[in-house]
Amino acid sequence: MTTLAVLTVVLVLLPLGAIFAYLIYKGAGSINWAFLTQTPKPVGEPGGGMANAIVGSMVILGIASLLGVPLGIGAGIYLSEFGRNRYGDIVRFVSDVLNGVPSIVIGIVAYGLVVLRQGHFSALAGGVALAIMMVPTIARTTEQMLLLVPQAIREAAYGLGIPRWRTTLSITLRTATSGVITGVMLAFARVAGETAPLLFTAFGNQYWNWKSDQPTAALSLQIFTYAISPFDEWHRQAWAGALVLIILIVGAVAAVRFAVRHGTLAGA
Amino acid sequence: MGVGITVEHVNAFYGKTQALFDINLVFQANHATALIGPSGCGKSTFIRCLNRMHETIPDARVEGTVRIGDLSVYNGTSATQLRRRVGMVFQKANPFPTMSIYDNVASGLKLNGFRNRKQLDEVVERSLNSAALWDEVKDHLHKKSGASLSGGQQQRLCIARALAVQPEVLLMDEPCSALDPISTGKIEDLIFQLKEQYTIVIVTHNMQQAARVAEFTGFFLLGKMIEFDKTEKVFRKPSDKRTEDYVTGRFG
Repeated sequence: MTTLAVLTVVLVLLPLGAIFAYLIYKGAGSINWAFLTQTPKPVGEPGGGMANAIVGSMVILGIASLLGVPLGIGAGIYLSEFGRNRYGDIVRFVSDVLNGVPSIVIGIVAYGLVVLRQGHFSALAGGVALAIMMVPTIARTTEQMLLLVPQAIREAAYGLGIPRWRTTLSITLRTATSGVITGVMLAFARVAGETAPLLFTAFGNQYWNWKSDQPTAALSLQIFTYAISPFDEWHRQAWAGALVLIILIVGAVAAVRFAVRHGTLAGA
Repeated sequence: MGVGITVEHVNAFYGKTQALFDINLVFQANHATALIGPSGCGKSTFIRCLNRMHETIPDARVEGTVRIGDLSVYNGTSATQLRRRVGMVFQKANPFPTMSIYDNVASGLKLNGFRNRKQLDEVVERSLNSAALWDEVKDHLHKKSGASLSGGQQQRLCIARALAVQPEVLLMDEPCSALDPISTGKIEDLIFQLKEQYTIVIVTHNMQQAARVAEFTGFFLLGKMIEFDKTEKVFRKPSDKRTEDYVTGRFG
């Protein structure tokens, strides 16, 4: 039995390990100071980097998290604490369907919602597209995690005369914090690598852009553009970009986990 | 100081099922009253009617009048206001698992907007002292979580948490049913001391416990209150045959 369990663990970890190893093998050589600090050079000129795409990805993911995390957690709270009824069932169903909508379709929705209205591609549009993708995952995991909090804990709070809204936020949600964070990180990691929803929302940009209403570079878009190009130099940079993207995601998830662990232990 | 509780014509329902039938009862201030009876007889439902916890269950409702001191429980008082004056200790210890010992005790005040640090410190110390837990936890108030304590300590922590909001009445729903005899003894001693300041209502399965801690005892059966009298009388000379059968162990 133990052997079997170990074997399945190895089987699960193998693809991840293989991807990571191959990325390092292909990409690590092209990561240097210039890659991390410069914008792309025109075709034919050697050097250049993806600094604008790295920052652009962070901006887009920041916008997506700012919009998607509160909405998703809010929906999860509703489903668990107030939505044990037919209306809640409808929200659950819609949320599950939304989770299955192809990401490129969500890109089109964000295009219609934001790009057409603004008149041009933007980081905001990209953020909105990714936020829509984050909401159902966060909502359903938050719901599950809150349902795991024993009713006795809520009753203890009610018994102290703590109002229901306060109980939900300061007792129930707080008790489930680590599980909720896991859901948020899952959603974050999932959308961080998305390319399709950004194609006609953030669009990409060869230059620096600091405005959230202008076309913005993103690592995944840059990797896509470079990988399908006919230039060897760009292929190498695409590998490097993929490696940087994975490191950023792993880094962000690890940082949040670390912060939560130490935050809740010391949390007064 | 404790206040008396008057219960008149209370009926309680779960959906269409009636769980309590026309309960009338007076609890005296600064005394302990035990409610005994077989499982499912409605004594837990009844105690949860006193602080409106019954209505937190979907489809559950209550009819009748309950007065706690000058407060009319089901008429014009909000449930949160009421519960600040009526502390509750549950069957299974339920400290807030992510909070430190200190925060557990302070939670009732803190989460109702009370922020004065110095006064909070005093309340926490006084409450833990009243619950006979201070000496065991004073060195790691902030470092240890409430869930890291032993079962008996957790239950005393829950008592301290309930006392911290300075209630007038303390409701205890089988507070010792999950504890060993030593922890049970400690909590019974505690009830003896707490009577001086609070009116105590305790639901228990353990008849010796009722005899030890309570001046008055009510016997419940199938949602009705069969007998209510001085504890001694209920156990020695019950006036109802069903009470006699129960306390002598012939059924239940």
